[in-house]
Formats: sequence, structure tokens, C-alpha cells
Amino acid sequence: MEERNGMERRSFLRLAGSLAASALFAGPLAACVSPDASNDTTGAALSGTISLNGSTSMEKVVGSLSEAFMEANSGVTITYDATGSGTGIESARNGSCDIGLASRNLKESETGLKAVVVALDGIAIIVNAGNGVADLTLQQVSDIFTGKISNWSEVGGTDLEIACIGRESGSGTRDGFESITGTEDACVLSQELTSTGAVITAVGSSENAVGYVSLSAVEGQGDVRAVMVDGVVCSEDTVKDGSYAIQRPFNLVISESATLSDAAQAFIDFATSDEASDLIRGAGAIPIN
Amino acid sequence: MRKHGKPVEEIFHGVFFACGLLSVAFVLGITVYLVVSGMPAIAEIGLGDFLLGRVWKPSGGQYGILPFIFTSIYGTLGAVVLSLPLGLLTAVFLSKYAGKRSGRLIRSAVELLAGIPSVVYGLVGMIVLVPAIQAAFGLASGATLFAAILVLAVMILPYIVNVSTTALDAVPREYEEGSLALGATDTETYFKVSMHAARSGIATAIIQGIGRALGEAMAIIMVAGNVANMPGLFKSVRFLTTAIVSEMSYASYGSLHRDALFSTGLVLFLFIVAVNIILNVITRREDA
Repeated sequence: MEERNGMERRSFLRLAGSLAASALFAGPLAACVSPDASNDTTGAALSGTISLNGSTSMEKVVGSLSEAFMEANSGVTITYDATGSGTGIESARNGSCDIGLASRNLKESETGLKAVVVALDGIAIIVNAGNGVADLTLQQVSDIFTGKISNWSEVGGTDLEIACIGRESGSGTRDGFESITGTEDACVLSQELTSTGAVITAVGSSENAVGYVSLSAVEGQGDVRAVMVDGVVCSEDTVKDGSYAIQRPFNLVISESATLSDAAQAFIDFATSDEASDLIRGAGAIPIN
Repeated sequence: MRKHGKPVEEIFHGVFFACGLLSVAFVLGITVYLVVSGMPAIAEIGLGDFLLGRVWKPSGGQYGILPFIFTSIYGTLGAVVLSLPLGLLTAVFLSKYAGKRSGRLIRSAVELLAGIPSVVYGLVGMIVLVPAIQAAFGLASGATLFAAILVLAVMILPYIVNVSTTALDAVPREYEEGSLALGATDTETYFKVSMHAARSGIATAIIQGIGRALGEAMAIIMVAGNVANMPGLFKSVRFLTTAIVSEMSYASYGSLHRDALFSTGLVLFLFIVAVNIILNVITRREDA
């Protein structure tokens, strides 16, 4: 955390410096530099293409960030392939994209890469709106998904068999959920679905079901309800202060060996800046600052 | 008759020939690509472990597709078993009994059924069929092989109806008249004479239905539960097709996981080729 804040400050200083420099040397031109465009180059207009590739969970966040960035820097085009965290990390490493997107921490095997956290995402445990269970411990969540607890009556609900609904192998949400609950490759699922929407639909149509989805996806859903984990409600505040247990980072992944283009560096600085916070929140994730 | 000597005719002859060759090129291209991209993983995993392995766990390095193979076979056969009697009887009705109005109604309904996109079948299955199965059989989850079989059965119904109707229509009127003249009833005639005469057409209908069911992915991914279990009627299962679809987007490039999905595609392709060969044998025997 300390280290990241340090970096924040540096980039902020660079930004302030560059703005001051433009004000001094370019005079009236400085008025054209939008405060949103937190580029750290010496006032020169950015141009080129930034290619992003990776996590589908980050689509909304990255979408609104790149929209705002492109608006402020008309010479820059940002492309985004929503493939998956694994693919994103891989293409950042082999150079087929500028910035990889990963909705999980880097694995030990994924070396030569640097991850910059732009946002946090809480993973909500959702049940059908008709399900009486309101609070589970992290251990109970893990036991439910590994099949040790197989009936809702064992955790204070009605006498119904539990149907666990998970995501497909390789999904960032699955990886996040399983690594946090310690259920890697141990989940006994009755359905394995390939999208957040499908999980919500499936849980919403069955009182037996329990599933996991991004916090942002739960809002405004009438058929499903997020349960408390260890007595903590899944909300932005509890994810940010770390009290809600099931959360994961949204990372921008860059290769340590490759040199970033000015535009790509400026985008990373922008994504981690204060101005980006509202955009990130608007996209359903939780900004880090 | 073909007229020679006119340059325009010659040019068009060439154009048609080139178009024909294009399809062949596509098939060859896809075949070569599948074999080339499917072989490395099979070589690395080992043919036996790959085809006969019962556990699919890419993160644990286990790539056995036997559950997918069995699921695809069971699911397809189940769908045909349900769909065949229904489709065949519909075809007899359309071909032999139907009046103008009722025939037109049923025919257009069947055509519409064939035109519904598979994702819509899946959606309806997911929202209506899966909860219904769950309630009817008291299961924890209705997303099962059984749900997939029901969806597939409805999906292949129009194919079986259409092809069988054509085959029954083509039965020479004299056969049926002969049978009726010998004192057989309508029902006896249609079941014993017409169907017998149309048997290769009906076989074609079955094979086409099998081909369609084997290759379907979108509809069943939404109702089958998609867990890599060995198949059971009320278990959550994963087909060969859905195995590829559900993991392709997340498998990282160059990984064994991705290659194994290509190999799964190759196995599926071989199944389809086998089905087509059987189809060819049947139709050729008919011609001879």
C-alpha cells in the first residue's frame, strides 16, 4: 500500500509539474489541457493506439476509463479484447497487447510482469430472494461449495438441498472466489455457467441455489440477494476497508521488459488517479483511492 | 445439354466449378487445421489418457474427455429416441392424412421450429424447463442431462419430420393402393408398406438428427449444468461441444488446456465425419 501511494504521489507530482511547465512555456495553450488528461508527457499531445486485452469482469471499468481517456486525448485509440484474465496476462507477457487486464493477483508462475491495482471488486455470495439464510461464515461458504454442507437447514435455512452454481474454469470470478475461500478444484457444483448474468438467472429461479458474482452485478436484482459473510454485508465500504472477506483486485498488467508507449503510461497514470475514481465507481467497482 | 464454343458459357462453367472447389477447399482447410492444432495435446496427454480419462481438471493437469464423449452420445441418442416416434408419426400425418388446412398449419409450425435460433431454445429451457424439472423430480438443480435431452429432442424434431415427410411422399402410390386392395387398413398400409418403402429416407432423417444434436452447443450449454461429470440422467453434465465453448475464452494461448480444447474439437469432428459417412452409405445403397 505504502509503495503504491508513493507511486501515486510521484505521478501526481509529474502531472502537476507538466501542467506548470505547459503553463509557463506554452502560455494560453495550457488552457487546452483538460484536467482529466493526466498525461505525464511534457505537454505534447498523445497519439497512437493502446491495446488492452484480458478480464471480462473488468469490461465496464476499462470501458468507461478508456472512453474518458480517449475523449481527453483525441489522438489516442484504445482497443479492448475481453478474453479473460489468463489470456490478458499472457498477451501482456508476449507483447501482443500493451496492457493486460487481470481480475486476480498474478500467480507465482506468471513472472516478468508488474500488476498495477486500479480497483477492487467484491465477490458477493448470492442466494434466491426466497431463501431465508442471511449470514454465512467464510468457512460455511467454503463447506457449502465443497459439499460438506449440503442442506440449507444446516446453516439455519429451510430443509432444501443446496445447489452450488459456479463459473467455468479460467474465469476470473471463479479464480477469485476459489482462492479466497480455499476451494480450488474442490468445488462440487451442480451448474457451471459461463457468465455473471447466467449465474444470476439460475440463482434467481431456484430456491436451492447459491452462487457467486461481482458485487456490482447484484445491485438492482430482485430475484437474488447477497448474504453477509462473517457478519459483514457485501458493500463498497466493507470491501474497501478490507472487512468483507471475499474480494479481489482489478489489475493492469504490464511486462517488466517492454517499454511502454507514452500513451500507455499516461493511461495507467490516469486509471490510478483521483479523477478516475468516479468513473470506476460508476462502472460498479471500487476505486482504491 | 451443354453448348460448347460460346466464351460466355465457358466462363460461367469455370465460375461454377470454382465455386464448387471453394467448398472443398473450406472442408480441407478446416480438417487440416483441426488435425494440426488438435494433435499436439493428444500427443502430450497420451491418446488413452485423453479419450479414456474420466477426470477433466485443467488446473490440475488432468485432461480426460470420456465424460464429454459419453454425455454427447447419451444426449444425442436420448434426443433421437424421444424425437423419432413423434417426428415419424407427424410425418405420416402430414404425408398421408393431413387435409389442406391442417397440413399447412402443422407444416409451417414445423418450419418455424426449425428456424428458431438455438440460443432461444436454450433460454426457454433455462427459464421454463430447468425449474420445471427441478420441481417435478425434487432435485437440487434441474440443469441436467435430462433437460438437455428434452431441448435437443425438440430441436431435431423438424429435421426428422421434414426428411421423413419427403421420403413418405416419394413412396409410389401403387404400393399403397396394392396394399389397400389386398384388404389392409390405412394404418396397416402406412406402417407396413409406406414406412418400409421409405426406410432409407427415414434412416437419413435419423442420421441428420444425430448430426444436428451432436453439434449443438448454444442451447444445451444453458440447460445441461455444464459440470464435467460422468453422465447420469439427473446429473449436471458437459457435452463435447459445450466443453469447448465454455472454456475456450479463458484458456490461455499456447497452454495445454487450449490445445486440449482443440483436440476435443477434433474428436467431435471425427464423430460428425463418421455420422456423415454412415449417411452416405445409406443413401448410396438406396441409389444402387
